[in-house]
Order: sequence, then structure tokens, then C-alpha cells
Amino acid sequence: MLDARLVVDRGSFRLDVALRIHPGEVVALLGPNGAGKTTALRALAGLTRLHAGHVTLAGRDLDRPGARRWTPTERRPIGVVFQDHLLFPHLTALENVAFGPRRRGLDRRRARAVAADWLDRMGLAAQARLKPRQLSGGQAQRVALARALAVEPALLLLDEPLAALDARTRLEVRAELQRHLAAHPGATLLVTHDPLDALVLADRLVVVEEGRVVQEGDAAGVTARPRTDYVARLVGLNLYRGHADGHTVLVGDGLPLTVAEPLHGDAFVAFPPSAVTLHPHQPARNPHNTWPATVTGVQRHGDHLRVQLVGPVEVAADVTPAAAAHLRLAPGQPLWVAVRVDETRSYPAGIDERRSTSPPVTRQGRQEP
Amino acid sequence: MRRVETTTRPVRRSGRTGRVPVALLAPAVLGLLFLVLPLAGLLARTPWNTLPQRLTAPGVLTALRLSVQTATLATLLCLVLGVPLAWLLARVEFPGRRLVRALVTVPLVLPPVVGGVALLLVFGRRGVVGGWLDATFGITLPFTTAGVVLAEAFVAMPFLVVAVEGALRSADVRYEEAAATLGAGRWTTFTHVTLPLVGPGIAAGAVLCWARALGEFGATITFAGNFPGRTQTMPLAVYLALETDPQAAIVLSLVLLAVSVAILASLRDRWVGT
Repeated sequence: MLDARLVVDRGSFRLDVALRIHPGEVVALLGPNGAGKTTALRALAGLTRLHAGHVTLAGRDLDRPGARRWTPTERRPIGVVFQDHLLFPHLTALENVAFGPRRRGLDRRRARAVAADWLDRMGLAAQARLKPRQLSGGQAQRVALARALAVEPALLLLDEPLAALDARTRLEVRAELQRHLAAHPGATLLVTHDPLDALVLADRLVVVEEGRVVQEGDAAGVTARPRTDYVARLVGLNLYRGHADGHTVLVGDGLPLTVAEPLHGDAFVAFPPSAVTLHPHQPARNPHNTWPATVTGVQRHGDHLRVQLVGPVEVAADVTPAAAAHLRLAPGQPLWVAVRVDETRSYPAGIDERRSTSPPVTRQGRQEP
Repeated sequence: MRRVETTTRPVRRSGRTGRVPVALLAPAVLGLLFLVLPLAGLLARTPWNTLPQRLTAPGVLTALRLSVQTATLATLLCLVLGVPLAWLLARVEFPGRRLVRALVTVPLVLPPVVGGVALLLVFGRRGVVGGWLDATFGITLPFTTAGVVLAEAFVAMPFLVVAVEGALRSADVRYEEAAATLGAGRWTTFTHVTLPLVGPGIAAGAVLCWARALGEFGATITFAGNFPGRTQTMPLAVYLALETDPQAAIVLSLVLLAVSVAILASLRDRWVGT
């Protein structure tokens, strides 16, 4: 099991992230660019030194600056898959995979046997004698995965393993990766900025922003109850932070939102863009959750249109092309926004001290993964 | 190749035509002539009829063999010492690294004769290291073939170090990190990953180093003297022959010219070619 608290100072940037990963568990470290994900991975691999905290793997301290304990990268029981595979260009696929076993004490023949076995498992037996430049992007990344797994690491680290692949290849390699990660008995940390990778491949998500964990949990929990703008945008929800008093939550500069689940104190309110309807005039029948707003943008989004609006708060709404034509949507157009109460979700904002460090939410979610 | 592309005018690859200023053209042509004429003169004055006999004359072959041998040994010495030095400069942060880098390139700008004098002061019989070598092992370096190798290595090593350091700096260190994550220590990473990656750079540096060693004159004659068969390399033989037998000097020069051109050609084809 991996138990780590990673503290790395980089000028004004400070990474401070705690991670626990059980054997067989796949944890995705998810966050925007510059959040410190790769720094965390490098610290676990021993490619970057910790300034404080610790990395403890299977009860052994690999890095603990406080106790002056340090294990160099080459003696850590880890495997790393890099974004652009980094296969050694002068070695064949087989020799690349055999490199790790060979360094860990197997003789040449046995190392090659292990490598051949792994390539076979990846369905790449026919490519064993090819040099990396002769492999396709997907094949190269699978060889890189075989190379990392061939040393049977207690901790497998994947740094954006699918980011360099084209969309179609990504789909294939993602499916393959899922199979191999499920079979991997060690702990796995997947660093990614792609929420789909995280949702498909990981048992648990850890979301980092600006060097800190802002939210963690399983896919269902994180996607249902986003706690930051970034997560809300990833899962495609409108998210507001405000103060709740029963069924009413005051958000923004005092806009009252009526919610289905009553609560008190600091609270989040989330609802999908599909819960928002747009009207040319103030809806007369139901005065709850309506406010005037101005269209700032319209984008195609699947089989409907996503409309961005500003008003007391920013909001995204999904409308059908027919409704859009009826409303004659154009930027700058004033409209009325209505949110269906039964599709809102509300939950306390201050549930966890660590999470209280998350930046305040001021805007709404926009995109879906 | 640079291109200037604009939306309004067609793409031009070779700049404006027909309007080369004389102020630039004249010195350019003169410069070219200055570089090419001596070589042409060498070819024009070559005694082509007697070339085979002169080439096979005992003195020529001896000098050529000695030159090739010492240049090769000097290059090997430079590889053994220079590649690790280049690695140190490219990969390890240490105080005074800039100073060391500057020191390494000093022989590039030092007049070779001064290098020879300096070598004599250190490795000579009364020198700091030379005296100790003589007293302890009975080894004398000045005025020996080993002295030639030493002088050539001293002058040629910067070429290798600079070339290899450049290759190391442009090589992606992440391959070395990948090797570390697979359990390779720094030495194994160096031999199994770094060396193959910068192989072409090392080869190019070695060729430059060898060419420089082959043409070495000043440091060699100062430190090793001019003894036929022992320390008289081709450049020294050329210089000596010029006094007694100019025809022989021309033939020897031609041989050196041929070797230089061959090296240049191989360099361009393999490593410098675009």
C-alpha cells in the first residue's frame, strides 16, 4: 500500500497532496494543467525530491526528508508509463520491455522471455523485433505499458498515458489499459487531465488544483457533488456556492435559489444545463428560480445547443434546436432563465476541513466530458 | 533553409536576383579564391608522373603510418577521458562548472606551440608530473611517440568535449529518467541509454578530434621533437621536406589534403548532411 504526503516547493508554487492507494486500487489524480499532478508523480518516482512529507510504499520509507531517508529512483519498486512513451529508440520493442527485468537481476535469456510474455499479453508478439519508430502511437504506448509492468511494480505510475494519442487510438488503448490495470496487483496512480480517462480507469478520483486536493471520492460521488468550478466544468454541471436556509440558498449577490433538499449554512447548489429553460418573458406560473439574463454565447453540443448566459449569476442552459429557433437566440439577447427545482442538488460546503481550502465558486459549470 | 512567405507575393527561396552589390560580391569571390587557390596550386604543382614512386618512398609511408597511429591513439585517449568529462559538464551540477567548461576550451584558442611548451614544463623530465613518472616508473614522455600522442590529445580533446557535450545537452534527459524508473543506476544508464543516444554526436566529435590530431604540428614539434620514425608525423615531414625536397613536401601535403577531404565528406554525409 502506498501512503504519501507530497510536499514540493517550486518558487511560489507549493504542492501539498496526501495520497493513499491500496494494492490493486487505481487512483486517478485529476486536475487542470499546472495543478501539480506531474510533480506529484515525479516525487513518487523519486525524480523530484520532497521538501517535506513522506513516501511510504509497503511499509518502507522511500523518501522522508524529516528522517533523511531517501531511496533513489532505480531502487524503488515502481513502474512508470510516460506521456510520450519514451521507449529507447535504439532498442527493439522486446529489448525495451526486457530492460527492466534485466536491470533487476534476470539474465538476458530470462529477461527476454519475460518481455516476450508481456508483449504477447499486449497482443504485440509480432512487433517484438521492431524499433519504436516503426511502431504506431498506440502500439508504442502499449509497449511502454508492458515495459512498466514487466518489473512487477508495487506502484504503477501513469503520466497522461493517453494524451499523446489520436482520438481513435485513445479509445482502443484506453480499453486495453483498463483490462491491464484491473489485473495489476499493485497500486496504480493515473495522472490525467481527461475526466473520461479518470472515470473509466480509476476506482477513486483525487482532484488537485493549485497544488492541493480539492475533492476526492469515487466517480459517482465526485460527479454528483462537484466542489469546485473545475470539477463542475468537467462533469458538466452549473455550480454555485452560497448560504442555505432551508429550501432557499442565497448565491451570487443575493439571488435566492429554491432547492429540493433543505439544508443550513454554507452550501453548494448544482444542476445540469438540461434543468434550465429559457423564456422570452418572465414565466408567470412559477416564480421560483427565475431571473433575467443575457445570452453571451451559443454552441452546438451533441444534438442540442448549449447557451451561455450572464445575469445575477452565470448559467449554462441546454435547449433543443427547435426551441432555439423559436427564441431566435443571438448574443446580447435578453431572456428569462428558469431552473426546475426538482433537478437541483444541494449539499454542505464545509463538510471537510481540508476541502475548505478550495477556491470559492463564483461561476457555473460549462462543459461535459 | 529559410523561406520568406507573404500573402501578396510569390514564395522566394533564394532572395533577390540580379542585384548583388559589388561591395559584397568582390570580397566574397576574393575570399573564395583565397581559400581555393592554394589547394589548386598544390594540385597544379603535384609531380603526377612520379607520384606512385614518391608515395611509396619509405619516409612517406613511415610518416603516414606514424601520423595515423598517433592520431588514432590520441582520439582513443580523448574518447576515454573526454566523453566522461563532457557528461560531467552536461549532466552534473557542481560549483565552478562554468569555469571548468571555459578551461576545457582553452587549448582551442591557445597557440599549439604554447601548448607544447606547457606540456614540456609539466611532463618534461624536470616537470612536475614528468619528473615523478621518470623517478617512479622510468617513463619519459618528451621526444617519444607517446609524447606525440599526448601533444595531439591535448590540442584535439576540446573538439571532442565540445561536440559530445552539445550532443548530450540536446539529448532528452527523460530517456535517462525512464531508465532510472526501470532500475538502471547512473552507470548503467550511461552505458545502455545515454551512449547509444549520443552515439552520432560522439562519432562526429571523434572524427573532428582525429582530423585535428592528424594535422597537429606546433605542440608536437615542441614537445616531441622531429625524429623520423618516432615522432615525425606527416605535418612535420612536410615542413622538413620543404627545406630539402619541395616535391616531396607537395606529395605529403597532397596525402594530408586527401585525408582531410575524405573526412569532411564522410562527416557531411553521415552527421552534418541535411
